[in-house]
Amino acid sequence: MSALRERRSYLLYLVPGGLLLLAVILVPFGMNIGISFTEWTGVGEPEWVGAENYLRLLSDGTFWASFRHNVALVVAMAVVPTLLGLVVAAALFDHIGKHFGSRHAAVLRACVYLPQVLPIAVAGIVWSWILAPKDGALNEVLRAVGLEALARNWLGDPDLALWSLMGVLVWMQLGYPVVIFMAGMGRLDPALHEAAELDGASWWGRFRHVTVPGLRPEIFVVLLTCTIAALKVFAPIYVLTRGGPGGATNVPAYYSFQNFFERTRVGYGAAIATVLTVLVLVLTAVFLRVQQRGER
Amino acid sequence: MRRHAVLWSMVVLAVAMVTPFVIVALNAVKTPEEYSSGGPLRLPEGVSLDGIIAFWDRVDYGEKLLNSAVISGSVAVLAVVVSVFNAYALGIGRVRGRLWVLVVFLTANTLPQEALVYPLYYIANEVGLYDTKLSVIIVFTAIQSAFGTYLLTSTLSGFPRELLDAARIDGATKWQALVRVVVPISRPTLGVLFVFFFIWTWNEFFLPLVLLISNENQTVPVALGVLQGQRLMDATMTSASALLGVVPAIAFFLIFQRALTRGITVGAVK
Repeated sequence: MSALRERRSYLLYLVPGGLLLLAVILVPFGMNIGISFTEWTGVGEPEWVGAENYLRLLSDGTFWASFRHNVALVVAMAVVPTLLGLVVAAALFDHIGKHFGSRHAAVLRACVYLPQVLPIAVAGIVWSWILAPKDGALNEVLRAVGLEALARNWLGDPDLALWSLMGVLVWMQLGYPVVIFMAGMGRLDPALHEAAELDGASWWGRFRHVTVPGLRPEIFVVLLTCTIAALKVFAPIYVLTRGGPGGATNVPAYYSFQNFFERTRVGYGAAIATVLTVLVLVLTAVFLRVQQRGER
Repeated sequence: MRRHAVLWSMVVLAVAMVTPFVIVALNAVKTPEEYSSGGPLRLPEGVSLDGIIAFWDRVDYGEKLLNSAVISGSVAVLAVVVSVFNAYALGIGRVRGRLWVLVVFLTANTLPQEALVYPLYYIANEVGLYDTKLSVIIVFTAIQSAFGTYLLTSTLSGFPRELLDAARIDGATKWQALVRVVVPISRPTLGVLFVFFFIWTWNEFFLPLVLLISNENQTVPVALGVLQGQRLMDATMTSASALLGVVPAIAFFLIFQRALTRGITVGAVK
């Protein structure tokens, strides 16, 4: 009896956090789902339309295109940084750390990590200026080395904009996996590496059979967090392209924002946001499931 | 020979990563005339602060820095306090159903902000908090503490029971045990959380963009992003704005380097 009361008194400490969670996250999330079944301009009474918004999504070309673009951004923010990050982390940790000292490795790591500390909006400004068509730094560099023919309207050309955006995102994201993987390599048992080396395994062989399997937990975490970040990506789009040119870089997060605040089709925006949420939650659940199975 | 090939390729990569920062810094200190005659790549002839000053005055950058500092600082303090309370109940108090409560917090942390933004905007309007710093502080205290609760609960569930028992035998109440035993011992983790919350909130863009419409309330990233979107700035002013946005971030990076490198491994569970 007293043990029960004893436990109960701890509940008091959950009150402030619980209220915040309720007011800022749970209730608004519920409202968003509710709104997604209505037609509403944001003023006046929302009009109940059932699943109409979701049905309209199915045949909305812009919506599907925005998801295809998002897949490209998952490649740029999760897949490429993870693969490249593994190689860079291994080179820094195994090679430079061992042959040239850990100070060198730390300085190089800091350089690679630097873009990660920038507010994404600021990184976007840096790049929109570098990639500007007329007097942008990248085109100037190309002109200076005689490759003027390669100069492009990097963010203004519908065929190029998504690729440019992907490049910028790789630059922004790379530091995160590198730092996580290097920390993970510090955790691995060096004896495994030495044994493989004695057996005559090449660097690549050791990388594939010792380092990568050893880093499984980190790889999972990085892939999951980066994929989710890629699905939610908003600020780089807002600052660099506004979803343009001609919708070539639109993503669901930005498309819902447009519906909320530019087109005032709030119900439709809420439906897009709900679909995005379901996708993120399902993905998280699948990842955690696979990870758990891997640990067993 | 091969060793050096690896070293050099890494150096090239590091230089490539840093180059955008260097170009920005070079052009931020040029005069507009210098820029239009020599382009972005020529070294500046001298240090001209015109672009930086023009930009600073135009957006009242000091005010934006203050806004960002007030918002991020308040969120970091409040979110750490809320996380500690939650984790005290969940990790040490082991209240019933704690696993489900944790799942809810974790889910809350993964929700896209797009799925919250319109209701938050609407509620903020209804209760008269729209376009106030307080609205952003409340929202991010909730969002950051959802992560903090998850992280701290797992830390505190391993908290040495003997210490708590000893405190109770000495007649300490739960509140005293929290303040005099749990908090002092968890201080390193709390410090890392504080740093993370501060930087994450500083860098936030989407919700502040929607909630803070008037100039005098905007944060650094929002003010820069909005101005960039209007395409009203010339090249030197743009790079000056980028430089001014970069400087605080690099300052935090250096100041918090230690906490960050310690903390990134903690954050790896996120």
